[in-house]
Amino acid sequence: MYRYDEFDHTLVAERVEQFRDQVARRLSGELSEDEFKPLRLMNGLYLQLHAYMLRVAIPYGTLSSAQLRALGHVARRYDRGYGHFTTRQNIQYNWPKLDEVPDLLADLAEVEMHAIQTSGNCIRNVTADHYAGAAADEIEDPRVYAEIIRQWSTLHPEFSFLPRKFKIAVTGAPNDRAAVRVHDIGLQMRRNEAGEPGFEVIVGGGQGRTPLVGPTIREFLPKRHLLSYLEAIMRVYNLLGRRDNIYKARIKILVKQVGAEEFARLVEEEWRHIKDGALQLPAEELARIEAYFAPPAFEDLPARDSGFEARRFEDPDFARFVRTNLYAHKRPGYAIVNVSLKPEGGVPGDATAEQMEHLADLAARYSFDEIRVSHEQNLVLPHVKLGEVYALWQALRAQGLAAPNIGLVSDIIACPGLDYCNLANARSIPVAQRISTRFGDLKRQHEIGELKVKISGCINACGHHHVGQIGILGVDKKGEEFYQITLGGSADQNTALGDIVGPAFSYDDVVDAVETIVDTYVGLRRPGEQFNETYRRVGLAPFKEKLYAAH
Amino acid sequence: MPLIKNDTLIEDSWVAANDDEPLPLAEAIIVSLERWQASRGELLARNGRLGLRLKSDQSPVLVAEDLEHFDLIALEFPKFKDGRAYSYARLLRERYGYKGELRAVGEVLRDQLIFMHRCGFDAFEVANDEALDAWRQAAREISVWYQPATDRRPWAAHLRHGGAAERRARSA
Repeated sequence: MYRYDEFDHTLVAERVEQFRDQVARRLSGELSEDEFKPLRLMNGLYLQLHAYMLRVAIPYGTLSSAQLRALGHVARRYDRGYGHFTTRQNIQYNWPKLDEVPDLLADLAEVEMHAIQTSGNCIRNVTADHYAGAAADEIEDPRVYAEIIRQWSTLHPEFSFLPRKFKIAVTGAPNDRAAVRVHDIGLQMRRNEAGEPGFEVIVGGGQGRTPLVGPTIREFLPKRHLLSYLEAIMRVYNLLGRRDNIYKARIKILVKQVGAEEFARLVEEEWRHIKDGALQLPAEELARIEAYFAPPAFEDLPARDSGFEARRFEDPDFARFVRTNLYAHKRPGYAIVNVSLKPEGGVPGDATAEQMEHLADLAARYSFDEIRVSHEQNLVLPHVKLGEVYALWQALRAQGLAAPNIGLVSDIIACPGLDYCNLANARSIPVAQRISTRFGDLKRQHEIGELKVKISGCINACGHHHVGQIGILGVDKKGEEFYQITLGGSADQNTALGDIVGPAFSYDDVVDAVETIVDTYVGLRRPGEQFNETYRRVGLAPFKEKLYAAH
Repeated sequence: MPLIKNDTLIEDSWVAANDDEPLPLAEAIIVSLERWQASRGELLARNGRLGLRLKSDQSPVLVAEDLEHFDLIALEFPKFKDGRAYSYARLLRERYGYKGELRAVGEVLRDQLIFMHRCGFDAFEVANDEALDAWRQAAREISVWYQPATDRRPWAAHLRHGGAAERRARSA
């Protein structure tokens, strides 16, 4: 994985000191809270319902053991012993003290981490496929380009005061695990007719109050032109994006208003001027960054491991874990092991300092020192030998990290909701906890099979409810929490936005409603049919009937 | 208003012309885009330097053909969050070859000085005479940059390779 050199270290260290000075000016009263706000928002520090919240970037979701250990240290030293992994490959700390934040950031800088641009109307942390470098379906490791974009976008002098926040996601695989069609810019690696890899460029997708599936504005962009093309997109947006209405300021609104074709024309026209300009990455620099993402020293192993197969046969609990939490690795004899942060009744995405430290040790021992953070709020050990999965599973189980529920009904995405966030209309976390408890019977969960439930506490959609197969949106009705349910959404290569099933449900009734939907699906599905397939076949009617018949 | 140029507080020799008043007698005057468009002949006939002040929704593309007439262009930041002028500045410098003074006016904050400078601004009208030292410090807080911009500070991707790539690019 990428390692900082003197330039990276210097920049992050200088940024810490710059922020230390800004905090000192706030603490001395030289800056009012209003004046301090834009400064802290350039560095991931929010003022939430109860306290400051710090969002730390995990660029393209990749962590070393040392970094995960440091995140545990921060949780213990500066917070209340835990952290919250978000849907954007960040970690949030909910209780840091303002005067300690500069030291916290200095500790993170020691392990090559920062909070730069995790908030504010700038280019945010770049996200990527959490199986990058490990998945069998990949054309190339997208993290090479995610790191190139991370650097280019960091403290970009022209694009730090955009009309609104800006999110870029990159995937190197045709099976989209980075949700590229619901980002401001999605980059999907493709091959052209000559077989050369490049990017399909998707602009103007997004969730929030105006959910849109992003259109492709360029079918194929040669890799060498990536930065100048991005700069052209950003400049068009910076100049033409709306600034009069915060709810219409995202690039998706601009793309929708002028039309994808016209937007593409504007970008190409801008790009024509700059494509052969200064913004060309030197070949040496590309080679330098590529070298950091070279595959680890995999062993040549047989595709089957007899010990692994025997354990699977003998131990039904292990077999269940294998069924949901393992994903095919590109190398024979290896597996991608998902670590669920969704234990029964738990807070989705939360991990304690101890869990982080243990997982760091396990990654060092079993996964070439690497951990990934998924946008579904789970962690991943990307390179585990099949022969060691059983030992790893036992160690995970001892830490409460072996929930065998990846992709199942209890693997819920949820935003922090009204428990923490001052934008929320309703609680998200307790709804997730109650659903996870309701479906606590693992045998039942496995029988139900893959099902994606996503919960947002307000229309900003941080919990991605639009793209949940079952999406739940918290709304406020005369001071009471209600939950609107959508069906049929998807964030993968078949991106779709869910349809509203009908009137919203109360806090007390929403879990019953989810159970009714699940039971209806299970009753109607044909063998092997996934939720969205059944839903597309039967439509809303049977669900509505069951949900509202008694009312 | 205090004006910072070349790292120093200087006396502003420019006088703003109000749209609904006769032109000031001063040698160097700054007019709005509307006045430039309405009184182009009158403005070109006078002896003395001419400056243009653009609002944040007035693209310099509108005057791209006229730049030779201006010794100063002032770009407005009505709010610090309105970042259009960063792009305008780069276009003026990099695409249209504007060489005169490029002045940041409006809500110009110390913490954004360095970004403005990188985009080609060379003069900064600041709201209060906060200590010049603080502005000087702000300009030095970050020494490493990850992207080329108008100021031609070398970027890390080139510095890492001893400038070899830069030399090659220049000779190509």
